[in-house]
Amino acid sequence: MTTTDSRPGAAVQGTVSPGLGQPSRSRALRDQVARVVMWLAFLLAVIPLVWILYTVVSRGAHLLLESEWWTHSQRGITSRRAGGGAVHAIQGTLIQAAVTAMIAVPIAVMTAIYLVEYGRGKLAKTVSFMVDILTGIPSIVAALFIYAVWVTTFHFQRVGFAVSLALVLLMIPVVVRSTEEMLKLVPNELREASYALGVPKWKTIAKIVLPTAFSGIVTGILLGLARVMGETAPLLILGPYTKSIATNLFSGYMPTLPTMINQDRTELGQAAAVERMWATALTLILLVLVLNLAGRLVARFGSVKK
Amino acid sequence: MSSVTGVSAVDESPSPGGRVPLAGDAAGTGRVGDRLFSGLATSAGLLVIALVTLIGVFLLWQAIPSLARNEASFLTSREWTVAGEHPRFGIVEMLWTTVACSLIAMAIAVPVGVGVALFITQYAPRWLSRPAASLVDLLAAVPSIVYGLWGVLTFRDAVRPVEELLQDKLGWFPLFATTGISGGTIFFIGIVLAIMVLPIVTALSREVFAQTPVAHKEGALALGATRWEMIRTAVLPFGRPGVISAAMLALGRALGETIAVTFIVSTLARGSDWSWSLFNGGETFASRIANNAAEFDSPQKTGAFIAAGLVLFVLTFIVNAIARVVIERRKAFSE
Repeated sequence: MTTTDSRPGAAVQGTVSPGLGQPSRSRALRDQVARVVMWLAFLLAVIPLVWILYTVVSRGAHLLLESEWWTHSQRGITSRRAGGGAVHAIQGTLIQAAVTAMIAVPIAVMTAIYLVEYGRGKLAKTVSFMVDILTGIPSIVAALFIYAVWVTTFHFQRVGFAVSLALVLLMIPVVVRSTEEMLKLVPNELREASYALGVPKWKTIAKIVLPTAFSGIVTGILLGLARVMGETAPLLILGPYTKSIATNLFSGYMPTLPTMINQDRTELGQAAAVERMWATALTLILLVLVLNLAGRLVARFGSVKK
Repeated sequence: MSSVTGVSAVDESPSPGGRVPLAGDAAGTGRVGDRLFSGLATSAGLLVIALVTLIGVFLLWQAIPSLARNEASFLTSREWTVAGEHPRFGIVEMLWTTVACSLIAMAIAVPVGVGVALFITQYAPRWLSRPAASLVDLLAAVPSIVYGLWGVLTFRDAVRPVEELLQDKLGWFPLFATTGISGGTIFFIGIVLAIMVLPIVTALSREVFAQTPVAHKEGALALGATRWEMIRTAVLPFGRPGVISAAMLALGRALGETIAVTFIVSTLARGSDWSWSLFNGGETFASRIANNAAEFDSPQKTGAFIAAGLVLFVLTFIVNAIARVVIERRKAFSE
């Protein structure tokens, strides 16, 4: 009782515990300095976040409050003129993201199933390693690769679908890793109970393991989508911008939010274009945030019960 | 899952219950359904391997013809003339810019990121630690194009006085020599990149620090260590491999960051003098490729840019592979 607390403030029990007292002054000082430094590091990290959000919201929010923003495209609107909306770009971003998910999710989930349920030995190690490498591939390299295949080798046009293919490369590793984690959380007892009842392995995975981990997998998909939606590099190389609504993935240009920002950025002299640029940036942030929040909510309310 | 950063320390923790996941290897019955399903899963895994291999092979294949016609040394030349009969191009300038601004980013992001992770796991009051973690994760949710806009239109003016002060006081040192360029300097890009990769460093370090065995921490405290001494002797040594791999992953991200750098960077005029100064402009691999996306009209030009992309791919491959090896070694160590 008397000797347990050696931190500042504890009474010095000279006679009972000669070795334990308050830490020397320099040690206490160092401890305090470290504490202050950690707090400062955190505050330092929050500053840019607040600053960015403030900049974007204060300059772009008022356009988002107009209904035109959500109902009109930029068709026929020059950079000098205000007005028009972002519906064409929002549509383009959502379509490309949806197509990306449709391709990436089956591959990624099956890869995760392989890694957790089937993979053993060297091959599984290699797959896991390659997923890591894929995680680290810069988006511009993914875009160049698709360009090298799609345009240079097959002589196709630069279209929305090519962008989706590049985004698939970026989305797969995110979904693989999160799904893998979720599958590992599914208790082995569930699988063993299923095997014991004579259910074949594939049915166990499809009917027991996947449903149990479902919400976690959805979270991973939403977070993966949030990541690829904000990517710009593939769009620069593979997906030229247009001001009108365009929904054809296989021919013609397709507008997206990042390329819309990029377009208005070239007209920094025009007040209308600058306003539009910030508003588009805010729209993009909101879209990504909504996906993130949705992912977290799904994770919180449907997580695997242990 | 370290939420929005897309990276995770999952591989470092032993599987649930300390067992190899799934001892049900023999549960496959060899029926059609089983064979089909395991075949699908395996081919998905093989597809991932094939994709990464294809990326390397395709880039190399498209780069070789241009490299063969290149009349300058690809690795050491500073020129970049990719059109015409006599293309001369080399990557040394891009390599310097890319590596220099990524290293600056690391020099800032790693200490701050580790500090934030320590704050969240060791110092923050209980009510603050979760919101603080989500707040830092939010930084990763901001699309990089927004960082670019903010950097070039708002943040630059705030950093400019610092740059001028450094050039003024330390200009005698080659790294800080005055160049007359202000704004899109390597130094400034490094700072923006640091902010962008900070959540990656923090998220991973946080996960590892949180795994420090309680016995280690309590042991240190019981021996009379102050909280800082406990962190130094128990938490940091335990988390070091995690921090190293976090730094590597962040470095990979910084090396390849495209759009923010493209917005910010001050492109140098052709034929300008070489300078070691961090206050010089320049182009990274990614920004040069992105800036010239409109020039991909002949195979020869495209090939030159693809060659630059290949170097970037190799760079990030090496960095990520190192991160992976560090994690693997830690795994072997902690089991």
